[in-house]
Amino acid sequence: MVAELLQFLVSGLTVGAVYALVALGFTLIYNASDVVNFAQGEFVMLGGMVTVFATAAGVPLPLAAFLAVLATVAVGLLLHRLAIEPARGASAVTLIIITIGASIFLRGVAQVAFDKRFHQLPGFSGSDPIPLLGAAILPQSFWVLGGAVLIFLGLWLFLERTLAGKAVRATAANRLAARLVGVDTAKVLALSFGVSAGIGAAAGVLVTPITLTSYDVGTLLALKGFAAAMLGGMGSPLGAVVGGLMVGLLEALGAGYVSSAYKDAVAFLVIVAVLFALPQGLFGRSGVERV
Amino acid sequence: MRGRLSARHTTLLGLALVIAAVPWFFPSAYYFRVAALVWVSGLAAVGLQVLMGQAGQVSLGHAGFLGLGAYACALGPKLTGLPVLACLPLGAVLSGLIAFVVGRPILRLRGHTLAVATLGFGMLVTMVLTGENGLTGGPDGIRIPRVELFGWRVRGAETWYWIAGGALWLGVWLALNLQDSPSGRALAALHDSEVAARTLGVDVARHKLRAFVVAAVYASVAGSLLGMMNGFVTPDAAGFLSSIEYVTMVVIGGSASVPGAVVGAALLVLLPQALTVFHEYEHALLGLMIMLFMIFLRQGILPGLAGLLAGRCLGAPKPVASAGARA
Repeated sequence: MVAELLQFLVSGLTVGAVYALVALGFTLIYNASDVVNFAQGEFVMLGGMVTVFATAAGVPLPLAAFLAVLATVAVGLLLHRLAIEPARGASAVTLIIITIGASIFLRGVAQVAFDKRFHQLPGFSGSDPIPLLGAAILPQSFWVLGGAVLIFLGLWLFLERTLAGKAVRATAANRLAARLVGVDTAKVLALSFGVSAGIGAAAGVLVTPITLTSYDVGTLLALKGFAAAMLGGMGSPLGAVVGGLMVGLLEALGAGYVSSAYKDAVAFLVIVAVLFALPQGLFGRSGVERV
Repeated sequence: MRGRLSARHTTLLGLALVIAAVPWFFPSAYYFRVAALVWVSGLAAVGLQVLMGQAGQVSLGHAGFLGLGAYACALGPKLTGLPVLACLPLGAVLSGLIAFVVGRPILRLRGHTLAVATLGFGMLVTMVLTGENGLTGGPDGIRIPRVELFGWRVRGAETWYWIAGGALWLGVWLALNLQDSPSGRALAALHDSEVAARTLGVDVARHKLRAFVVAAVYASVAGSLLGMMNGFVTPDAAGFLSSIEYVTMVVIGGSASVPGAVVGAALLVLLPQALTVFHEYEHALLGLMIMLFMIFLRQGILPGLAGLLAGRCLGAPKPVASAGARA
């Protein structure tokens, strides 16, 4: 019983950490622009795929992972520069459709540049399960959880302690006011795209040994990450983390105790129920609406 | 001409002409099939335009209703013994009822929250269609029996072309009428500002719900037609990607415009067909085109082009943003 529960909890937290990272990416870009970036899942895919193909070409894993994150950050910045920046001033819906176009584009390019097959990376420290209180836990789970914690901490330090991070927070709080005090909000948006892409890619690198990757894994991740960000409260980094972990746990527990075919239904029912009670999400700002 | 005919009549006449005229240029049955697909997708997009463009509410689970309509025609004959054609209105009523029941609570949510709730609805439909193997045939899909009308077997791409075209024309006619009706004005008012609409005495909740039900019924009918045309349906028809596709149709065509939805549908159905010549680059190009259209015609294709033309003819830049061509 305890072993079973522990097994579900660990697998839920592992998947949840990935959702949390995707949700963080959504949150950062949303805060800087009100845009829900549907290409967020493709960043995760790129992280995984570039690492797979770089290691296959003989690059050692750590370097390959670094290259993958770097390449994805470049893609994120280019996406902003070439697709979002030229449409500056367009409505949020228009920008969202642009990101949908971008996600189809990136998937299409990945399908040509890589291939359509599923790929796996070896576990960073082997794939022998570690027994823990009767449950068997993949060592890669610890890598995912540890990596996610490091990224959360790094992002927190960046937002709280650096000037650029403070500019990001000021932009999130009030874009007009931020601009009035001299924050270059366009640069903040570019920075958000870069950081979101980097976080997504890192998530992709970490999780590929467990879940495999292929050119089209991004859609489902974007969907779950979006739901997680909404559950936590769109715009709140803490909410994104909590929301992501909760969605992962709900899914794992739903699959374990209810039905594996309907695990997503369990997660979505809880999300919708929470949103009825708290339309702003768990940690969202209960903003006053201007009339 | 324009002085005599209202914008509504011009649109309807234009659409009728297009539907009647394009078959002249069709060299093979394949073209009839693709065009019929455009009309059916257009029908679903026009319904979604009522919800998105007129009422300003986003649905990311709209294909769920499409799936309900299609599966009604697949399962209805099996379960009730009714002819397939009778299952189309049955599916529409069912979808309308479900939209009514589901819409009541979720339309209280706004913006992205509503998007998540509708997303959840769409996923739920897909999951049931995929999961209940015994009834729905699971992920492999299910056959839909041939349509028979008084002993006449409805078949052939050309027949379906005219049926789909007729259904689209009716759908556009109804949507345009709705836009100009008191209900349409109420939707436009609540789109601009819910609070302002409420102070003017508009029952916001009721009108939103009505738009949601209308959109669901459109989608269900389109789904039924699509299913009967193909003789087959899989749960993918109800999936997230399918929902996203319809939203893209509405926005790319010009969400403020009913015929815009048809233009958007035409683009998103025809582009992949045309791009197949590029083989593996097909998806990359499709994504690229969507981005380019949205960057250069932000209001959508139809209002964007109308704005460009007006600007050129009058020699003065028209404020496209607010005009939005409510045709």
